[in-house]
Amino acid sequence: MSKLAYVREKEIPQSAPPITEVGIIKWLRENLFSSWLNSILTVLSLYFIFILLKDFIPWAYGAHWTTGSIRECYDVNPDVACFSVLTARWKQLLFGFYPPEEYWRPTLTFFLLILSIIPILFTRFVRFFWFSLLYPGLAIWLLWGGSIWSVAIIYFGLGLGFLSFLIMDSRLIRSASISLLAACLITVLFFMFLASFSAEMLSSLIPIYLPYVESLKFGGFTLSLIVGVTGIVASFPLGIVLALGRQSDLPLVKMICVGFIEFIRGVPLITLLFVASVLLNYFLPPGSNFDIVLRVIIMVTLFSAAYMAEVIRGGLAGLPVGQHEASAALGLTYWQSQRLIIMPQALKISIPGIVNTFIGLFKDTTLVSIISLMDPVGLASLIRADTKWNGIYWELYIAVGLMFFIFCFGMSQYSQYLERKLKTDN
Amino acid sequence: MKKSILFGITAALGLSAGAVFADGHGSTLDVVKERGNLLCGVSTGSPGFSGVDDSGMNVGFDVDYCRALAAAIFNDPMAVSFVPLSSAVRFTALASGEVDILARNTTWTYSRDTDLKQTFLGVTYYDGQGFMVKKDLGVNSTLELDGATVCIQVGTTTELNLADYFKANNMSYEPVPTTDNAESKQQYLAGACDTYTTDASALHGTRINLENPDDHMVLPEIISKEPLGPLVRHGDDNWADIGRWVLNALVIAEEKGITSANIDSFADTADAEIHRLLGTGDDDILAMMNMPKDAMYNAIKATGNYGEIFERNLGASSGINIVRGVNNSWTNGGILYSPPFR
Repeated sequence: MSKLAYVREKEIPQSAPPITEVGIIKWLRENLFSSWLNSILTVLSLYFIFILLKDFIPWAYGAHWTTGSIRECYDVNPDVACFSVLTARWKQLLFGFYPPEEYWRPTLTFFLLILSIIPILFTRFVRFFWFSLLYPGLAIWLLWGGSIWSVAIIYFGLGLGFLSFLIMDSRLIRSASISLLAACLITVLFFMFLASFSAEMLSSLIPIYLPYVESLKFGGFTLSLIVGVTGIVASFPLGIVLALGRQSDLPLVKMICVGFIEFIRGVPLITLLFVASVLLNYFLPPGSNFDIVLRVIIMVTLFSAAYMAEVIRGGLAGLPVGQHEASAALGLTYWQSQRLIIMPQALKISIPGIVNTFIGLFKDTTLVSIISLMDPVGLASLIRADTKWNGIYWELYIAVGLMFFIFCFGMSQYSQYLERKLKTDN
Repeated sequence: MKKSILFGITAALGLSAGAVFADGHGSTLDVVKERGNLLCGVSTGSPGFSGVDDSGMNVGFDVDYCRALAAAIFNDPMAVSFVPLSSAVRFTALASGEVDILARNTTWTYSRDTDLKQTFLGVTYYDGQGFMVKKDLGVNSTLELDGATVCIQVGTTTELNLADYFKANNMSYEPVPTTDNAESKQQYLAGACDTYTTDASALHGTRINLENPDDHMVLPEIISKEPLGPLVRHGDDNWADIGRWVLNALVIAEEKGITSANIDSFADTADAEIHRLLGTGDDDILAMMNMPKDAMYNAIKATGNYGEIFERNLGASSGINIVRGVNNSWTNGGILYSPPFR
């Protein structure tokens, strides 16, 4: 029996991992200093960040918030930010020239907006979808005021059309296209002959009024959100229709869709806005007053719908042709296969592009400052025209930029959440 | 939203094909009266001329002119909606009927009057191109600027004026091109140019809000004529008359010493022109342009005379501190001279 030189009789206590393999040092080594090149880049980046913050932090930290004018800021300490302009003018940046005693209306509209998009964004709350449908009318009434009945009547008319379509389609005619035409006819007739009359009658019977606010009073972030959100909501379905139309086998439909998309994409948004703001008046009857905000919304919607159509067409092109054939083989009609098979997959592929278009649209709303509507950027120059604040640039633009960033970053985060949720591959 | 708008959209779109052009508008005065407020095109922000104060109220020299006009028509200086217009769209907006009148520190020139089919109503402010320099440059006259670097906005009349002026005086300069007044100012402060040039009123407005205004000065020479005034569309002479004579009334009021404060003390004056102007006499000459007898009384009462408007928006009490200079009544050595109110 050979003699053992060494027998370990008890286990060596576990020692801590090397310091370079744990915690923050490991993270730093792996992510920032993994090679010579990366180390140099890291140090350079840190240096640039330092240069930026070295001036910015003292400038922003010691800022004035309560002085009455830029002159007072200079007199106290000219080397720091003069955010007093925001203290004095934040209401204008948010609400434009909306009457101060009515500020609760855009505020309420904004919070209701959040409530109304929750059922759309998160499937858990989809049972509250009826509120999302009611919201546009409610928002229009809250923002512009007037009698609630004119909005209610519009809802009634649309509901009437939808209901008559359902009844005719399932009971009477049993042909979708004829029912659709008949329902449209009923709706149009209602609006032409009954709507105005019944709205007036209801208004006199049960007057529920908010003071009317004209569109020229809209401005600031209220305006950006109105134009941006309406444009986003309206351009999405329009984009889907255009994308489908472009792929249609019917030559006329295809021609119209292609013509529309190519025309809109070939023209800068600013040109369309100019048309909306100044040229349209040439073609309307004298004295007609076609609301300026509405004109802008229509133009922005058409513009982004054309881009949306191309984004969605990209998604459609990305689907294997077998999906179409399989759905046809199952005996699904065109609309059934679009709704159940094609669109869910095509839209999923297009999410990044769709959100891209949305964000672009939202930021493009700042262009309205060129056509006499006061978005936050336009307000910034108007605020500078006051001698008290003439000379303030950074403070205003930082505030405006920050507000836009919050919304755009939110949209981008939601799209990433959606992509993770809808991920089906392994 | 007004239901008339909502319901009218479809109808309006349908009618648009057969619609007549905006030149076919009826009397602008009737349109304004029916609407219940005046649509006044102003600039998107120009210190002293058009801006917004902390409470959200439109203020400025051009703004006050429109308020006087609104007061003359409606006896209510607030019955006016201000439409901020960029310089690119201002004439189109006026021509298309988007605004009733344009009071947007616009220079009266031959081609704008004729080719663009506008009617200028007079001159509210005689501006001109000036130069701002740092005091330590030691320059006291533009004629000493030979060889200077000049920050200049490209594509403006000021750029052409600058070239003409230096050529005429046999001097050389080196242009530093910028896109707007804000950039000119930043370049000037950063030392990229010795001097920067634009309308003198803008230079004064900019100077008072520099960090150390006393280190800078606006040189006394004015090298171009920039008569600024309100304008309306060709084709409605009565509307142009109303705008022109409201402006004249403000000038006459200063000439006669009528202010918003003392206007009620002229009931017994022996001056017949004052009675005609304020509508306190027997003959109602305002009816000649379909205006109420007390239209000018209401205008002056609401905004004060020309001098008061100037002082409030551009003078010492505004902080901009522009001296009256030529923008003074002819009785005080200026060139403001209104035709008689007769």
